[in-house]
Amino acid sequence: MPTILSIKDLRKSYASGFEALKGVSIDIEEGEIIALLGPNGAGKTTLISTVCGITMPTSGSVSVGGYDILTDYRKARSLIGLVPQEIALEPFERVINTVRFSRGLFGKGRKDAAVEDILKRLSLWDKRDAQIRELSGGMKRRVLIAKALAHEPRVLFLDEPTAGVDVELRKDMWDIVEQLRGDGVTTILTTHYIEEAEAIADRVGVIANGEILLVEDKDKLMARMGQKQLDVQLTSQLDTIPPALAGYDLALSNDGWTLVYSYDTKGERTGITKLLTDVAASGLQLRDVVTRQSSLEDIFVSLVRKDEEDAA
Amino acid sequence: MNWSAIRAIYVFEMDRFFRTLAQSLISPVLSTSLYFVVFGAAIGSRIDEVEGVSYGAFIVPGLIMLTVMTQAISNASFGIYFPKFIGTIYELLSAPINFLEIVMGYVGAAATKSMFIGIIILITSFFFVDIQIAHPLAMITFLVLTCISFALFGFIIGIWAGNFEQLQLVPLLIVTPLVFLGGSFYSISMLPPVWQTISMFNPVVYLISGFRWAFFGVADVPITMSLLAIGGFTTLCLGTVWWIFKTGWRIRQ
Repeated sequence: MPTILSIKDLRKSYASGFEALKGVSIDIEEGEIIALLGPNGAGKTTLISTVCGITMPTSGSVSVGGYDILTDYRKARSLIGLVPQEIALEPFERVINTVRFSRGLFGKGRKDAAVEDILKRLSLWDKRDAQIRELSGGMKRRVLIAKALAHEPRVLFLDEPTAGVDVELRKDMWDIVEQLRGDGVTTILTTHYIEEAEAIADRVGVIANGEILLVEDKDKLMARMGQKQLDVQLTSQLDTIPPALAGYDLALSNDGWTLVYSYDTKGERTGITKLLTDVAASGLQLRDVVTRQSSLEDIFVSLVRKDEEDAA
Repeated sequence: MNWSAIRAIYVFEMDRFFRTLAQSLISPVLSTSLYFVVFGAAIGSRIDEVEGVSYGAFIVPGLIMLTVMTQAISNASFGIYFPKFIGTIYELLSAPINFLEIVMGYVGAAATKSMFIGIIILITSFFFVDIQIAHPLAMITFLVLTCISFALFGFIIGIWAGNFEQLQLVPLLIVTPLVFLGGSFYSISMLPPVWQTISMFNPVVYLISGFRWAFFGVADVPITMSLLAIGGFTTLCLGTVWWIFKTGWRIRQ
């Protein structure tokens, strides 16, 4: 897949001296969905704002579809749609007019069929003549997405799209992103909901303190860094781990009913067979065996913590 | 040039105007009528003709200027300040447009609105006084230039303003006094000599004088001076807007 967005050594310092981006580089392929994960203040919104032209980069370069965002800003920006984090809409304007406005602003001529299609896709067609102030919060978010899609962009930025959004709308939004992928639209979303990245992203980037700590295929990332846990539930309560099992890296649950074994899925041998044999040999009776995969959240927390420790 | 964007901004801004058409029009028509009743009929009946023109007719150009200037400023400043205030400015900044196109959209709409109101006042005044326009072309030129230059000025205020108080500050503390003291309701020649000299430092004097000349052929200052003044003010505003465009002042960090 060709690269649609290329960011090279992007730096942004504000007048206050605060360095929001410290040399970010990333290539994003056409048609992929990439989630940028990071804690508040990590630089996610600054990154998006700089690519979209809302803030000026201090140094570095960004190109969209091969067009530089500074020297070829018209062509670059007309390829981008942006859904901002905050709901910012003219309260007295009508839904359809505000979408038409966005389309015109991005240099596209009036095309009612295109606007109708977008509004229908976002379940806004029935509300097209409503004033924006009459809409619910969820509906307003849909309007923001409709505005961002009004000029048929190739790259869509969603800045925290599902913050404060109910479950149903969140599912709807994920569906919309999936649909857009079908049309070949590249989606870059920032989030601090790990489940969002886990649910829809192809790749995950972790950003903290203005730096990208890692960008990796989501499945690979989870497989590579994924720790698994094996819970061995017993029929009798234990006070301590039996000496026969001391050779294993085992933990005993607080209530004493479960032995917890952590292992690495990428390892050649997980040691499960031997462990279970030894457990049986030591005379313990098994009630149940459960395995758990660590989530992206665990990976994310460990990465960010490591970064903070390195910085300290 | 992204003409489609200029049109989109223009149409969007004009929509706001038409949405509130009643208050956009009723208020200037009502206040103009009140001025005519108070100054034209009540006080004016006791004032002799000013430079060969009845007092009621004499104040018409000043009244139009007064309203057009304040309307152009308030429309343009609000037009660009409001997106900053509610956050929709993100869309303007991320769109494939340059600052000149943003200015053309907002200033064009604000100038059109104030022009519209100016013409409504002129029409209203026909119901109260008998006026002839000696130089229609010059009248239109002055009106258009004033609408554009004050809309540009308003745009600059809207960019500068950090809150609603600041948005009101310049129009209230500077523009209104200058317009009132700029000969809207009197001829500069009616003032004591000292105040005549001081008035010459008020740029609005030149605009009102020129506009009045277009109506009645009489003026406080030579018409070329008036043209230079409005030309100079427009250039100054354009220069400031160009500087804002170059530096991204108060818009783009």
